[in-house]
Amino acid sequence: MRRISACVALIVVAMLTVLAGGLSAQVEPIRIGVYEPMTGAMAAGGQMTWEGILLAHEMTPEVLGRPIRLFLADNKSDPVESANAVAKLIDQDKVIAIIGSYGSSNSMAGGDVAEKAGIPMITDSATNPLVTEGKDYMFRACFIDPFQGEVMAKYAYGEGIRKVAILIDVAQDYSVGLANYFEATFKQLTGDARSVVAKVAYNTGDQDFSAQLTQVINSGAEALFVPGYFGDMALVAKQLRALGSKILLMGGDAIDAPELVIIGGEAAEGIVFSTFYSAEAPATPEAQKFVDAFKAKYGKTPNANGALGYDTYNILVDAIRRAGSDDPKAIRDALANTVDFPAVTGSTTIDESGNATKDAVLLRVEDGKFRYLTTIKP
Amino acid sequence: MTWAVFAQNLVNGLSLGSLYALVAIGYTMVYGILRLINFAHSNIFMLGAYMLFYADLMFRLPWWLSFVIAVIVTAIMGVIVERAAYRPLRQAPRISALISAIGVAYFIENLGLVVFGGRPKPFPVPAFFSKSYQLGSVYMANIAWVVPLLSGILLFGLMVLVYRTKVGLAMRAISHDMETSSLMSVDVDRIVAITFGVGSALAAAGGIMWGLKYPQINPLMGTVPGLKAFTAAVLGGIGSIPGAMIGGMLLGMLEIMLVASMPALSGFRDAFAFLVLIVILLARPSGLMGREYREKV
Repeated sequence: MRRISACVALIVVAMLTVLAGGLSAQVEPIRIGVYEPMTGAMAAGGQMTWEGILLAHEMTPEVLGRPIRLFLADNKSDPVESANAVAKLIDQDKVIAIIGSYGSSNSMAGGDVAEKAGIPMITDSATNPLVTEGKDYMFRACFIDPFQGEVMAKYAYGEGIRKVAILIDVAQDYSVGLANYFEATFKQLTGDARSVVAKVAYNTGDQDFSAQLTQVINSGAEALFVPGYFGDMALVAKQLRALGSKILLMGGDAIDAPELVIIGGEAAEGIVFSTFYSAEAPATPEAQKFVDAFKAKYGKTPNANGALGYDTYNILVDAIRRAGSDDPKAIRDALANTVDFPAVTGSTTIDESGNATKDAVLLRVEDGKFRYLTTIKP
Repeated sequence: MTWAVFAQNLVNGLSLGSLYALVAIGYTMVYGILRLINFAHSNIFMLGAYMLFYADLMFRLPWWLSFVIAVIVTAIMGVIVERAAYRPLRQAPRISALISAIGVAYFIENLGLVVFGGRPKPFPVPAFFSKSYQLGSVYMANIAWVVPLLSGILLFGLMVLVYRTKVGLAMRAISHDMETSSLMSVDVDRIVAITFGVGSALAAAGGIMWGLKYPQINPLMGTVPGLKAFTAAVLGGIGSIPGAMIGGMLLGMLEIMLVASMPALSGFRDAFAFLVLIVILLARPSGLMGREYREKV
């Protein structure tokens, strides 16, 4: 009797083992890495992107009949940490594709590592052209800075401004690049090489801009373009107004964060900037669905980074579906062939250099809110 | 540079320099008494700003009361840090305490990231401080004179504490020779705790003033001001309290004037600040106001 029950027990154990083995083979997840600035100066941008990615993951949790597992690595708003984060995702977490990162300098450092390892990477919001240049495995879901610089220069010119000043963060590729494109277009529009009356610089982490702004005010500029990140812009606005200047302040997509008005307060009023998307003017039917789902999950309106995080995840999952496998090379090829993907931030087609062409949206700060001004087509 | 621009930059430099000075005083005081570079000072600075943020946000206290509470709570934290991380190493070689200080700095910074979150928070600024006035062509916010005034008052208070009280006498005795003073019935542990309490209170006041001027706080906010203040303290002669004041003012003024006179080089402002430090140390190894100390063998 005892022998029989021992046999039964053995058989049960054996069956359970086979069953468990079968189950685990069935649920082997698809591993996707995400590296974003969750801490440091760009934390707001990274965290909003992550919210969008999480929402998209919740709505599409599997592909090819396998669950998708996300691995998040914090790049601490720093290029060196970005390279480390990507190396960790590839070596330790064995991811087959990577999303990220907010911040062009971060994406350039992280992209180098992924390119060498042959892992496809798609950045949500890094706009510097150099991010994808000369790289086979690097893509992006957003427009690039030559377009954005042109949009802002045309806006300034259209407002009757003929003399501008530029304040550049020399430690950020995004800032240096965007400043150059803006300057080139503005000089071309005015036909006057001296129409950029002051070009002053600062370094990431600086908080005192009083000397630079004194210089700007003294140069007689009618507007100041600051291609920096949201936290810097909020402090610039405060210090500029405290120095008694009322000139127009303009920025790029990197100031699209609630911190701009939370920190900038009244000084942020009237700032105009270009970005990827506005919840006030949804570009596609997909966009309305996204806004509703985002509000239901987080109880707030998404900004452009939330939308781009959501889009980037969906573009990548779509590519994996079309690739039909989790082979990094096949996913790369599928990403490169993305055509007319119905994204929240506008229909997305990835061109031969890995970039997306999209509309830009102009917003203005009014009564502490980002108000939609207009949409500009490429 | 016209006279008006120069005057404006003078105000800018004074206002930045006095902030450096305020933080530098705390560094130099702890060093002067314990010969320990307290690397956690810049993180205590950050804690001070956050304590005020939460006192204001959670309890809706009047601003001055939040200020007092934040300074006291931060001072207590400084004493706890000393008790936990430095006191057990009192008899160990000096380098051990230094490494412990670096460890504490990273610990507080990362604890801040976990507890407060990585996103910058808006610092509550009463309208009085941000209100700016026009004097001729020069604009000046109230905060621009409040900080130098506060630095001056704290400097004076500190000088009185160190040179006119019994506790100060004990502090100076410890700085001279810890073992002998303990034989002369000086309660070393108590005096060192007081030193850290006062140093941390100064750091908290500095953090809060920094927040008033640059109203965005995050757990990493102490790093750059901490480095600059440390530079200022060394520049003035570390260990010397008036030296820290002068070093801070000098550094702030130099930075502003560099950007003002050579705007093309404004991205190199930090490099310039440290270059000045190197040059001054080459010429005067113990800083502007520092005394030569000979290590006893």
